[in-house]
Amino acid sequence: MKHRYLPMTEEDKRAMLETIGVSSIDELFSDIPEKVRFKGEYNIKAAKSETALMKELFLLADRNADLKRNVSFLGAGVYDHYMPVIVDHVISRSEFYTAYTPYQPEISQGELQAIFEFQTMICELTGMDVANSSMYDGGTALAEAAMLSAGHTKRKTILVSSAVHPEYRDVLKTYAKGQYLEVVEVPVKNGITDVEALKGLVNDDVAAVIVQYPNFFGRIEPLKEVEEITHASKGLFVVNSNPLSLGLLTPPGKFGADIVTGDAQPFGIPTAFGGPHCGYFAVTNKLMRKVPGRLVGQTVDDQGRRGFVLTLQAREQHIRREKATSNICSNQALNALAASVAMTALGKKGVREMAAANLQKAHYAKTAFKEAGFEIVYDGHSFNEFVVKLNKPVKEVNQKLLQNGIIGGYDLGRDYSELANHMLIAVTEQRTKEEIDIFVRELGDLHA
Amino acid sequence: MHNQDQALIFESSTPGRIGYSLPEMDVQELDLASLLPEGYLREEEAELPEVSELDIMRHYTALSKRNHGLDSGFYPLGSCTMKYNPKINENVARYNGFAHVHPLQDESSVQGALGLLYDLQEHLIEITGMDEVTLQSAAGAHGEWTGLMLIRAYHEANGDMKRTKVIVPDSAHGTNPASATIAGFDTITVKSTDQGLVDLEDLRRVVGEDTAALMLTNPNTLGLFEEEILEIAEIVHQAGGKVYYDGANLNAVLSKARPGDMGFDVVHLNLHKTFTGPHGGGGPGSGPVGVKADLIPFLPKPIISKRGEEFVLDYDRPQSIGRVKPFYGNFGINVRAYTYIRSMGPDGLKAVTEYAVLNANYMMRRLAEHYDLPFEKHCKHEFVLSGKRQKKLGVRTLDIAKRLLDFGYHPPTIYFPLNVEECIMIEPTETESKETLDSFVDIMIQIAKEAEENPEVVQEAPHTTVVGRLDETMAARKPILKFQKK
Repeated sequence: MKHRYLPMTEEDKRAMLETIGVSSIDELFSDIPEKVRFKGEYNIKAAKSETALMKELFLLADRNADLKRNVSFLGAGVYDHYMPVIVDHVISRSEFYTAYTPYQPEISQGELQAIFEFQTMICELTGMDVANSSMYDGGTALAEAAMLSAGHTKRKTILVSSAVHPEYRDVLKTYAKGQYLEVVEVPVKNGITDVEALKGLVNDDVAAVIVQYPNFFGRIEPLKEVEEITHASKGLFVVNSNPLSLGLLTPPGKFGADIVTGDAQPFGIPTAFGGPHCGYFAVTNKLMRKVPGRLVGQTVDDQGRRGFVLTLQAREQHIRREKATSNICSNQALNALAASVAMTALGKKGVREMAAANLQKAHYAKTAFKEAGFEIVYDGHSFNEFVVKLNKPVKEVNQKLLQNGIIGGYDLGRDYSELANHMLIAVTEQRTKEEIDIFVRELGDLHA
Repeated sequence: MHNQDQALIFESSTPGRIGYSLPEMDVQELDLASLLPEGYLREEEAELPEVSELDIMRHYTALSKRNHGLDSGFYPLGSCTMKYNPKINENVARYNGFAHVHPLQDESSVQGALGLLYDLQEHLIEITGMDEVTLQSAAGAHGEWTGLMLIRAYHEANGDMKRTKVIVPDSAHGTNPASATIAGFDTITVKSTDQGLVDLEDLRRVVGEDTAALMLTNPNTLGLFEEEILEIAEIVHQAGGKVYYDGANLNAVLSKARPGDMGFDVVHLNLHKTFTGPHGGGGPGSGPVGVKADLIPFLPKPIISKRGEEFVLDYDRPQSIGRVKPFYGNFGINVRAYTYIRSMGPDGLKAVTEYAVLNANYMMRRLAEHYDLPFEKHCKHEFVLSGKRQKKLGVRTLDIAKRLLDFGYHPPTIYFPLNVEECIMIEPTETESKETLDSFVDIMIQIAKEAEENPEVVQEAPHTTVVGRLDETMAARKPILKFQKK
């Protein structure tokens, strides 16, 4: 067997077998009992050469309608954003992408420092004291926030707004089952969390109140009111937030959030059919020692040189085993690096400018839809998404739009029975005025 | 700041510089305050760096030079399977049709992506010997938790509510008990024999009506094959429990033994180990879960199925444990793993394990004279040594690891498993040449000599790295977890 990834020659093999003192490689497997021994080879596709395989997979990829060739108005938690070209150049440096978790700090200072910088940037955007090195995604980060809250407050009920991403709520419910927590959904009124209903739902068993900011419908939640209600009942206030929006919006930390989670996908991470993206997790100082996952801290060596290490590891599974705050080990380090590069490229000015462009362009589109005679449902202050009512099924409309190179918005009827035929439309800074105008016109034609 | 410190990007920031090029603002701009509720327009800007594009490239290039990746040098980190990360994988994952598709597009517009995932499932079913595979889980630990939630749902569906305990061997990775806790189980430990294998007597003692599952790695974390695996599975099954396979060590048994044929009911794989998804400095990974037929109804939603010639996302799963992750798993890593499997083929995957095991045994034999070998038998893809002999000379395993840094090596895994004193766990993988293995062994032998003749040089290592040993106690006692402007 000759293969470009397998360097051993027959001569190497002979010499090695001799050193080991066996006559064949088979002998090394003599401890596998006959009864469980797999005979022969797997019944899988034969190997292909580099050229042939790349061609096959290129053609397979080409069967998908991608966001480069088509114009996308689809968001719902995953967005087509500006990706600074340098992001891919940085994360393609194999010193980063072929490294393991930085267990040996002396030869991992690059990764550790990059994560330390990521933690800092997330703290800056969210207005929180401490951020970890990343979670799998926004959904599992939110579930971990609920578990942290339950552990911290010794309470068992999680109140989650119905305007939190439906898939995130589903993930939360699965984790809650594992932890014997009860998840109660808070209703929505005109597209934002119903504050009066929330008042009726809080009680002394509520560990956390969770809202999304901007919420799933693109609306700006009244964090001030929700915070007051939550803290009056001594629960933790958890906000799931699109970090790009925080370039422009008052950060949740300013409103007294205890935990802020979300997904950094808007910063330099491709949509990639839903993953890998990059969850983030930020808390106040008082919850620092309960954070799940890895944290990087600054320290010095024996000569006083600054260095970075994985720290507060007493929280983690490899030390605490069954008493760990979470079971997470691998996270999304490389995507956290990508997000850091994008946040660095955007910088102080760019992140605000990009967030503002989302707001302006989405507002322009919303106004254009109104002028074209569409009903905007849940109209009000919003970020880069809004809801348009159609007179036919969204799926049907989207299939027609795609024929003209447009990827339409999200079918809200999938998750909200009262919102059948309603489309959630995302307009990012990537969309041009011309693309928006064409989209409004096309949708108008289909709507007629 | 010390004069040798690498500047933080924040310390390189200069007001007025930018590193971005946003699309044109071609719609009329309105007053931002008028578009947001009062009090919700951010007042203080987030203190992100202000740097030019070249500044950014220089910064991250400098950081990368302070980092050791697999491409930088040998990385024999036990239990982590640090094999070569093929470059074709990276190219394929970046094809527009894979990198730039949205997870919520209409199914008809993502048939290529769904087809790839379906075929990957089919390949993993054959490789593991299971009946069905889900690709939803994002990493090994996430797969463990998913698998345990499936087992819990299975017992509960049978009205078997008292199965609250998960058994793990004392040699298990800490993630196993942590995952059990998150899935709502208590953990109990089963002892290892002095041969390093599960103690069957102790297993018989701990199983019972409260046993939900036994979690096992095979070969185990010592690199030894559990020869009595069928009997182990039988004991747990007799008691009504399920047997869980932690796939961390699958590189040892490709084409040699399949979890499904060894009596396992649930298995998770680490595609970022055995199947070359790069580790990325700590992730992202992918942790697919395979199950036997009786657990299929409980798999997380959605399942990727084939109806006629069309691939679909099936959400109609009434007994499903629900969603474990938004969307469909870490697709980009799954694309890389699929590309790898298709690059290797059946004969290639068989050779992978044969060379991985050959390499480990070769190194073990060459090192056996110089370090203590706790278990005198053939290892599988990795092996453990004990630094007991060196400890008596005042040189700890940690010192040996740090000394290896001076020679450009990433050290082996150390102090794990916990049941071997001063443990050194070495996993060479199949992609390393004999020359690389020999050079590393020669250095290990040299370090063993240094421990006898000149222990200080080992105790004070590393000598050549950009920083020396760092003060971890200070880092934990007075945590500095972000940059603060002076």
